[in-house]
Amino acid sequence: MTLKTRGRSITLLGLLLLAGVYVRAIWFTPVERTQGGAQKIFYLHAPAAWSTLLAMGLVGLASILYLMMKDERFDRFAAASAEVGTAFACVMLTTGPLWGKPVWGTWWTWDARLTLTLFLFFLFIGYQLLRGAIAEPGTRARYAAVLGIFGMVLVPFIHLSVYLFRTLHPQPIVLKPSAPSLPGDMLATLLFSFLTFTVLYIGLVTQRYATGAGDAHVG
Amino acid sequence: MSGLLRDALVIARKDLALELRTKTGLGSALVFTALVLTVFNFGRDPTAVAALDLAPSILWVTFTFAAVLSLNRAFQLELENQAFEGLLVSPIDRRSLYLGKLFANLVFVGLVEAVGLPLFALFFNIPILHVLLPLAALIAVATVGFVAVGTLMSALVIRVRFAELMLPVLLLPFLIPPLVGAVQVTARLLAGRPLSEVSGWLRLLLAYDVVFVSLAALLFPATVDE
Amino acid sequence: MLWAEGVRHRFGAVPALDDVTFTLPAGHTLALFGPNGAGKTTLLKVLAGLIRPRAGRAGVEGGRGAIGWIGHQSLLYGQLTVRENLRFWGSLYGVRAPVLDARISGLAARLDLREHLDRRVSTLSRGQTQRAAIARALMHDPSVLLLDEPFTGLDRVAAGELANLVREFAGRGEGRATILVTHNVEEGTDLATDIGILKAGRLVELAPRNARNPEQVGARYRELVS
Repeated sequence: MTLKTRGRSITLLGLLLLAGVYVRAIWFTPVERTQGGAQKIFYLHAPAAWSTLLAMGLVGLASILYLMMKDERFDRFAAASAEVGTAFACVMLTTGPLWGKPVWGTWWTWDARLTLTLFLFFLFIGYQLLRGAIAEPGTRARYAAVLGIFGMVLVPFIHLSVYLFRTLHPQPIVLKPSAPSLPGDMLATLLFSFLTFTVLYIGLVTQRYATGAGDAHVG
Repeated sequence: MSGLLRDALVIARKDLALELRTKTGLGSALVFTALVLTVFNFGRDPTAVAALDLAPSILWVTFTFAAVLSLNRAFQLELENQAFEGLLVSPIDRRSLYLGKLFANLVFVGLVEAVGLPLFALFFNIPILHVLLPLAALIAVATVGFVAVGTLMSALVIRVRFAELMLPVLLLPFLIPPLVGAVQVTARLLAGRPLSEVSGWLRLLLAYDVVFVSLAALLFPATVDE
Repeated sequence: MLWAEGVRHRFGAVPALDDVTFTLPAGHTLALFGPNGAGKTTLLKVLAGLIRPRAGRAGVEGGRGAIGWIGHQSLLYGQLTVRENLRFWGSLYGVRAPVLDARISGLAARLDLREHLDRRVSTLSRGQTQRAAIARALMHDPSVLLLDEPFTGLDRVAAGELANLVREFAGRGEGRATILVTHNVEEGTDLATDIGILKAGRLVELAPRNARNPEQVGARYRELVS
């Protein structure tokens, strides 16, 4: 089984799991008392944000490895991860307002997660614009790697800035040091969703990486 | 270590000498700053919001734009003179090249800010003399962060088309965290509030400077060596 | 002295150098001929440390600080004077204050630049710029000279003048190891102690000149390259 088909199967699995998340979230998870049915988009919202963060982290990691070892495969992986990250960021930036409007009354808010994702979106776009603007593959890989590492290092600063700034977002109730304060069913749905998005990430990046190999020889 | 700094200073001095000879770069940056401040003045409703409330934002947005515009020139100079190759063939450490450009840019942007700040105080009637020293220190700290990242980014876009547009697109996301911190601290200073309220932001600014100057110096060789 | 050992390089998928191996002792001048794209400039860049080859090693005795580089560009800053340029480049190569000025005077005398030292480079004639570029390359008394197509765009008179200068500074008397990359078989052969021919990245010929004249060298070149 080639890498491309393997990637496709993983993505399909991810999509099936995603359908499962929908089913579970809508029918098998209790409705949250204060926020109502609209709260359920949280099960897509938070994991999509997580995937975007994962994508950026891996772009950074792959960039470091590329600069150290000059193996083109790391560069290709970074490019694939950036593209998938952009897609997830778009998902997050559209579902965020969809959740925001019924729950907070506004389409957009500068809360922690949306802000971080918006930044990541800008970083990914900048990364891809830079890649698109450089023709020579060696230079392109090096420059993209430098930008990728910078982007990854910026993330904690964004996080810190947002934390210091006032936010509207509900406190992060899953990742508190003490026991998570979500009741069992909701927690299970959420974790299931995180798993699903991770699988989707792996599948999509694998596919993109596999097609990227073709690009390298043509371009 | 001293060799690193010494070469950096030679490069910085050369850049500044070139800048003084042509004068158009600095002149344009100064005029641009004045124009942006003017735009801000006419772009607001003076009856709705007091100048003092908007002041920190106006100051820092102006400085940010002026910095981004000034940063393009750093490696443009080399490209125009076609001397870049010569710098790379010489035995200097690549980091000296980065540091030299960084120093020259700091002086350049510093000059722009030194003119921009009094102009800002004048246009918007903001008393700054009573907090001049801490304000200047803050501007210095934030500017180091801006220019450190900006100098490196400008190296990434030298041979790219539409570099003047690409640089802001790549750079602005990186300037926002220090920008936010600078605005918050400036607001406290102008309002006469104790700086202990913004200790978190000050620490962020300092951490940003340390991390990004180091990272830029570390990664700069990757942008010039094949 | 300079050397290359098993150097291979490619740009992406495009091969540039293929298993290049040779040594050039001090006092020798290698004229390197080859069609466009043969890899001549790439080889010089590998020797100068501008490019790290995918395989193999190459270097110059004494490192980068021992290389005098003369390319198409003059590598001089137009807005600075000749003296300022020479001071700058000399400093980068580690030439310190008292020696710096003495050497500038010495080179200016040998290269007929004494009246032009304090003129801006942009005001010099082509010939004067060329001589200033050579002075720049010699400021640090390099033991190796790398010349990348320096005769490009020169008319017969200027080419002849340059050839005389190269002969003076690269010749056996000076003890430098020199590589001269050129399309000009006449001038190249005349200055060489060794002849090299590069085709598609391979060093297909490397032999002492042995009193061959340009016609003979030209014939051999056409034989190997067609």
